[in-house]
Amino acid sequence: MKFITEFRRSELAEGLISQIHRQSKTPVRFMEFCGGHTVTIFRYGIRQLLSKTIEMVSGPGCPVCVTANADLDKAIALSQIPEVIIATFGDMLKVPGSHSSLQKVRANDADVRVVYSTTNALEIAAENPTESVIFLGIGFETTVPTIAASILQAEERGIKNYYILSMHKLCPPAIRALLDSGEVKLDGLICPGHVSAIIGSHPWEFIARDYGIPCVVSGFEPLDILQCIDMLVAQVENGESKVEIAYRRGVRPEGNQQALKLMEQVFEPCLAEWRGIGEVPDSGLRLRKEYQHFDAELAFDIDPGPPYEPKGCICGDILRGVKTPADCKLFGKACTPEYPVGPCMVSSEGSCSAHYLYGEGFEG
Amino acid sequence: MKDKILLAHGSGGKLAHELVEKSFVKALANPFLAKLDDSAVMDFSGKLAFTTDSYVVSPIFFPGGDIGKLAVYGTVNDLAMSGAKPLYLSLSFIIEEGLPQDELNEIVDSVQKAAQEAGVEIVTGDTKVVHRGSADKLFINTAGVGIIPKGVDISGSSARPEDKVLLSGSIGDHGIAVLSQREGLSFSTQLESDCAPLGSLVAEMLAVSPNIHCLRDPTRGGLATSLNELAKQSKVSIRIEEEKIPIGEEVLAACEMLGFDPLYIANEGKLVAIVPAKDADKILKAMRENHYGTGAAIIGEVKAEHPGRVVMKTCLGASRIVDMLVGDLLPRIC
Repeated sequence: MKFITEFRRSELAEGLISQIHRQSKTPVRFMEFCGGHTVTIFRYGIRQLLSKTIEMVSGPGCPVCVTANADLDKAIALSQIPEVIIATFGDMLKVPGSHSSLQKVRANDADVRVVYSTTNALEIAAENPTESVIFLGIGFETTVPTIAASILQAEERGIKNYYILSMHKLCPPAIRALLDSGEVKLDGLICPGHVSAIIGSHPWEFIARDYGIPCVVSGFEPLDILQCIDMLVAQVENGESKVEIAYRRGVRPEGNQQALKLMEQVFEPCLAEWRGIGEVPDSGLRLRKEYQHFDAELAFDIDPGPPYEPKGCICGDILRGVKTPADCKLFGKACTPEYPVGPCMVSSEGSCSAHYLYGEGFEG
Repeated sequence: MKDKILLAHGSGGKLAHELVEKSFVKALANPFLAKLDDSAVMDFSGKLAFTTDSYVVSPIFFPGGDIGKLAVYGTVNDLAMSGAKPLYLSLSFIIEEGLPQDELNEIVDSVQKAAQEAGVEIVTGDTKVVHRGSADKLFINTAGVGIIPKGVDISGSSARPEDKVLLSGSIGDHGIAVLSQREGLSFSTQLESDCAPLGSLVAEMLAVSPNIHCLRDPTRGGLATSLNELAKQSKVSIRIEEEKIPIGEEVLAACEMLGFDPLYIANEGKLVAIVPAKDADKILKAMRENHYGTGAAIIGEVKAEHPGRVVMKTCLGASRIVDMLVGDLLPRIC
């Protein structure tokens, strides 16, 4: 089986699209929570193909985008400490904090290294015993288990110069906060695929049960998304609200128990600040007491000063699905992928970047 | 202990002469180089094409090639893209001290084989050795000249509405092959760089139709960036169809895993041609008959409206913009 092309076959897509057109009677607004889904939707022009009854809005599921400026400022402040190596996923480099970015401080002699996994970061620590390696822990439930594993490995190998700046976020509490705000009314939710591969589909049950919103977990190929939308439409038209999985090859209802166990062993939930949404209880993760010696915030004394939000940037509103990039005065003018003002233009999974790069609905 | 290149090898003294004679002149033997004069002297008649490029790829050996092969083919291809028959190349090495002598020999050997395959001669060269840390193993600069046949006028600004867009084969192989060898990222793949000389392919295309409007080899920035350059230079739009673009399953899979779009991945042995619609089929046939164009396809056409834009019909039938590459996708792939 060809794992990619099989999920991009145009004749199957045509069938799903016409089925969606036939089925969909009620005007609905669906949100794709995850930035990865946003990219697929734009890259394949899926919005143009849906019936007029379906409005799609992008959600806050881009880890880089929802990282608060205060957290970015901490990372940048840590990079200024002598004999500190910052290890980070590449996405973070260009994101503007209040006054600078990791890319800019790197050009000014800070030691910032791009890694592809926590294993790389841990190796850098092992190879540079006289320096402190701080890994920027960013991401949703998807990335946390590997970071937890790196902490356990560091403990086992006696690596004492490895630290984490934990900026992790948990998805279900953020969705609850979004729905409780009442700002955006949703008729269906495309639940994140990779996050669900870890946590399973059970954690989304409250959305269907308490808010009456149909939920379908989707994969990331265009056919996955179309199938998911088709299933959401079916629920709406049948007056149902339940959690379904359109990504059976990746997600089990109970999730990945081993990964969850790792996460729980090393981290515990805490209050976290989301850009655009604000402080959400139990939506972040901090190291448990027995692993606190790996916590960069406790090990190093930093004072990044108060965060500053760029004037005119509406990334926050866009992340909540209240506004679209087209509503932003900076979009495509002062804010482009080359000169980004807000994070949604920087991250490859950001809504602004997807709108800009793929030109929504361009008929040229 | 293995022989290594020392700073003294670049000093201009005895060791330097020894290196030049043993490693370069012998391997790359030709009458121009053997003279060891300060410059190569040759006769030309006709329109001259002249180009230069520097190669800093890391790692210097990768599946399907190495920095030496890349340096020859890269410059040969730049000449071919203006319709020229590539003839003579210069070759400058900037070596970081400590490079094992046998690695250098292997690369010079590869330069020689590549030059032979591409039908060019290395007629002049230079070697510098720099302190450890001032370079990364080996950097190569090449320049090249070639002659443009009469009646050929190829330029990035010559695309006209109704022209067809041809691609010589599958995209992304080089970028992904190099990336697969990166420290910290090594993943196992059968994929090899597509690194190849395109002079003969271009000559055979020109033989069936001298009316080719534009040629470009989509190296850094990939197919998307080349098409954008052509659309902007020619003040036209280019419409391509996703389903027509040949991409290997392995490249697709690696791109999915790493979050890249194959349209932006580098190639080192592919070309894009924009040709008059009436000649498209015979040029396509000529391409497919050449060893380096067997996978050629017509992938789109040129339109007058929305000048400067590249638009793609996606595999689902929708359309979207294809922009230039922003920032650096992969550091140092060529």
